[in-house]
Amino acid sequence: MSRTPLDTVEHAAATPDVELPWAELGLKKDEYERVVEILGRRPTGAELAMYSVMWSEHCSYKSSKVHLRQFGEKAPENDALLVGIGENAGVVDVGQGYAVTFKVESHNHPSYVEPYQGAATGVGGIVRDIIAMGARPVAVVDPLRFGAADHPDTKRVLPGVVAGIGGYGNCLGLPNIGGEVVFDACYQGNPLVNAGCVGVMRHEDIHLAKASGAGNKVILYGARTGGDGIGGASILASETFDDAKPSKRPAVQVGDPFQEKLLIECTLEAFKEKLVVGIQDLGAAGLSCATSELASNGSGGMRVTLDDVPLRDSTLSPEEILMSESQERMCAVVEPDKVDRFLEICEKWDVIATVIGEVTDGDRLEIFWHGEKIVDVDPRTVAHEGPTYERPYARPEWQDALQADDAAKLPRPRTSEELKDQVLKLVASPNQASKSWITSQYDRFVQGNTVLAQPEDSGMIRIDEETGLGVALATDGNGRYAKLDPYTGAQLALAEAYRNVATTGARPLAVSDCLNFGSPEDPAVMWQFAEAVRGLADACQQLGTPVTGGNVSLYNQTGEAAIHPTPVVAVLGVIDDVARRTPVAFQEEGQLVYLLGDTREEFGGSAWSQVIHDHLGGLPPKVDLERERLLAEILIAASRDGMIDSAHDLSDGGLIQAVVESALLGEKGARLIVPDGLDAFTFLFSESAGRAIVAVPRSEEVRFNDMCGARGLPATRIGVVDGDAVEVQGEFTLTLEELREAHEATIPALLA
Amino acid sequence: MTARIGVVTFPGSLDDRDTQRAIRVAGAEPVTLWHKDKDLKQVDAIVLCGGFSYGDYLRAGAIARFSPVMEPLIAQAREGLPVLGICNGFQILTEAHLLPGAMLGNDHLHFVCRDQKLRVENADTAWTCDYTAGQEINIPLKNMDGRYVADRRTLDELEAEGRVAFRYVVDGDAADGCGNPNGSLNDIAGVTNAAGNVVGLMPHPEHAVEPLIGTGRTDGLPFFTSILKKLVNA
Repeated sequence: MSRTPLDTVEHAAATPDVELPWAELGLKKDEYERVVEILGRRPTGAELAMYSVMWSEHCSYKSSKVHLRQFGEKAPENDALLVGIGENAGVVDVGQGYAVTFKVESHNHPSYVEPYQGAATGVGGIVRDIIAMGARPVAVVDPLRFGAADHPDTKRVLPGVVAGIGGYGNCLGLPNIGGEVVFDACYQGNPLVNAGCVGVMRHEDIHLAKASGAGNKVILYGARTGGDGIGGASILASETFDDAKPSKRPAVQVGDPFQEKLLIECTLEAFKEKLVVGIQDLGAAGLSCATSELASNGSGGMRVTLDDVPLRDSTLSPEEILMSESQERMCAVVEPDKVDRFLEICEKWDVIATVIGEVTDGDRLEIFWHGEKIVDVDPRTVAHEGPTYERPYARPEWQDALQADDAAKLPRPRTSEELKDQVLKLVASPNQASKSWITSQYDRFVQGNTVLAQPEDSGMIRIDEETGLGVALATDGNGRYAKLDPYTGAQLALAEAYRNVATTGARPLAVSDCLNFGSPEDPAVMWQFAEAVRGLADACQQLGTPVTGGNVSLYNQTGEAAIHPTPVVAVLGVIDDVARRTPVAFQEEGQLVYLLGDTREEFGGSAWSQVIHDHLGGLPPKVDLERERLLAEILIAASRDGMIDSAHDLSDGGLIQAVVESALLGEKGARLIVPDGLDAFTFLFSESAGRAIVAVPRSEEVRFNDMCGARGLPATRIGVVDGDAVEVQGEFTLTLEELREAHEATIPALLA
Repeated sequence: MTARIGVVTFPGSLDDRDTQRAIRVAGAEPVTLWHKDKDLKQVDAIVLCGGFSYGDYLRAGAIARFSPVMEPLIAQAREGLPVLGICNGFQILTEAHLLPGAMLGNDHLHFVCRDQKLRVENADTAWTCDYTAGQEINIPLKNMDGRYVADRRTLDELEAEGRVAFRYVVDGDAADGCGNPNGSLNDIAGVTNAAGNVVGLMPHPEHAVEPLIGTGRTDGLPFFTSILKKLVNA
């Protein structure tokens, strides 16, 4: 973009034939023509910059929104939902006057290019989304997916991502309470770095991103604006990387967690004094996004003087200032008589704050540079009226063959010795092994309210010290299941997260999601996406847990090869008193181990099929959402009434994986008996959904059995907590020491 | 009566609210102090809490040490005001020369968050008198720059004078919290000044004061009951 002469609105109107680099900025020809049609003239360079970033896949959801509408259309009636989809994050009522906001986002592409900063700024972005709602962030979670654990590039990407999440999150003082780490070759060139955050506020403190009230001031505060991340939103998130394109500046932004910590405290203090009319964080598309969204959500227009934006680099052009994705910045709308106090609070926290504009009567977003108007647009056309694509989708031809390749025909262990070997291989495999080498790099204690953190089934945070009110959060996703059947795979992800919340004793309330897929221009990928969204929306409707918001990440593919479709689902739950929480670890010898739910021969997409046979085929486990709901009710009631002392959800790796984890965490073994009607192999390795194990004190056994019987939930006594080994009677015995060595040595050996 | 214990918030302090809670749980009254305060609001004792003051830029604790609040704090600490530095607070106390030695990056170069077993070596300080010497406690540890170092002469002096207040328990199972987590010399986790009023340590007692929260142990609570008893009985 040439900087002389300045491309003003007037100049643009007078020079209709000037060619603009719309293609380089990621716009398609018809999209550019649409911009010209909206404006009635060619856009200025600055306007083009805004439209190009705001109409990118990342910001406009242009390929996904026709499908995402189902989350609204099928939303279950839910009195707890205070703010739904469309805001920075959804807000849920958790009782006692408290509201909780939570969201999961992706920072996949940047984290592959520059693992540390990519992951760090992913945490920074999601945390700003939460503070923009008026909430104090209380915890973060990180669902991560990497290429094969033993691939050399994984050793470049993973330690950087983990150090970045820790380096940023630890410095913000946010406990990291959960998430996942999954390895699969399909993520080799496209690691998935998803980041979630939970925030808490009082109902009356909810804030929304809108600019209302003519004469109100627009204040930009936080870090100075620099040249980092320019075009990140449109270029990084839209197409695959192209080495041939020259790049003057780093496309990945650089984070400063210290600045963000100040931003959190300063924003919360301003909220407390009720100084803020509307607020928006600056994330993807920076000022372009913040100004156009604030203006289009409000009642009036907005006038901004770009010269007043504090810069890190005085040579930046107005277009670059509008596109910059410099981190740790926020934009607030403040009534004129409260501006002084707002600026005072910023000064207290050593945060730079500048009035850059004001809300106007009209309906235009006007931006000035050196006294001349360089942007004059209807902000709604930038923020909300981007293109919508009905991308073609089609069930891929290979889907039938994949599903026909049934895992049931894989050879199973023939002797007890083989069975034992396979158990050891499973618990030592990278996906099933202990992730403590990773999670011990995150602070899980800060803020002093962490009741449960990884490797528990869900993280749990106390939010009221007097009453013990708490929230739980679990994130789950299984790309292998979703590859076999995206509709069912998405439902299984929800079912697992829902179950994980319930096993800790919390009542599942609401859902956020991060939908990671390949290129939407591939009809097969688009079919996976459409199926997954349909599955998730249907399941949320049935379980009564609305989707409150989320994020879509497309173009996760290397050449023609897309990642497994990977919907990651976060479920938020509430528990009236955290003292009643149920941990994973076995607590006391002599307690009875019960298996809840039905076990079938289901091995498609299972950890066993991957670890032992490197196989992916067949159908994923069946979903029975009514069963999930019943199981959750039983787990919650048992926790509330003190009938169980530990509980663990059964998912990938099956029953044996769960028993080993409960035993190792509790440092107590278990003696198991294969129940009638099941063979040992199916008992140990099946991944049937809707199941959990619980440890029941003997004094509670009758009461617990009566409850399950009355409600119709199959509950099978399978053993007892005892000794220092896991023994499957008639099959094998593995000492806790052997199991610990197998389970804990893998990840450090690969990555340390 | 109860004791009024100040907790200083620097830009980037993280465990200030946790520390205030721990003080409350122990039965004392927490008083918030801001890094720009020039007086100490007549508190009876002060805790410098954990975090990343000034982003740990330059060196952990190096910038915070020059905050306005530190001037009266240093002066009064030299006259006997009890001061506890936890993690970043410990780093600030060494930068302020109220405690000897310095903290370098962990020898494994990673942030580490774990349950950590310590031995209380000196139960005569203002902050440890509710423990018994030789008692083993298990409290969270979480830091990036936790490797305690000092020159040989200083180490010898600390050892000879019984001023190593806490030592990492090295022998035993890592799963139980044993081991030197960062390469600290002489397995030192915390030290005291000669008078016993200024104590610093890397692990976090304020995260181990309630049975439900964090590690599920309350091994850190005696730090706060120690000072309360000392102040109330004084």
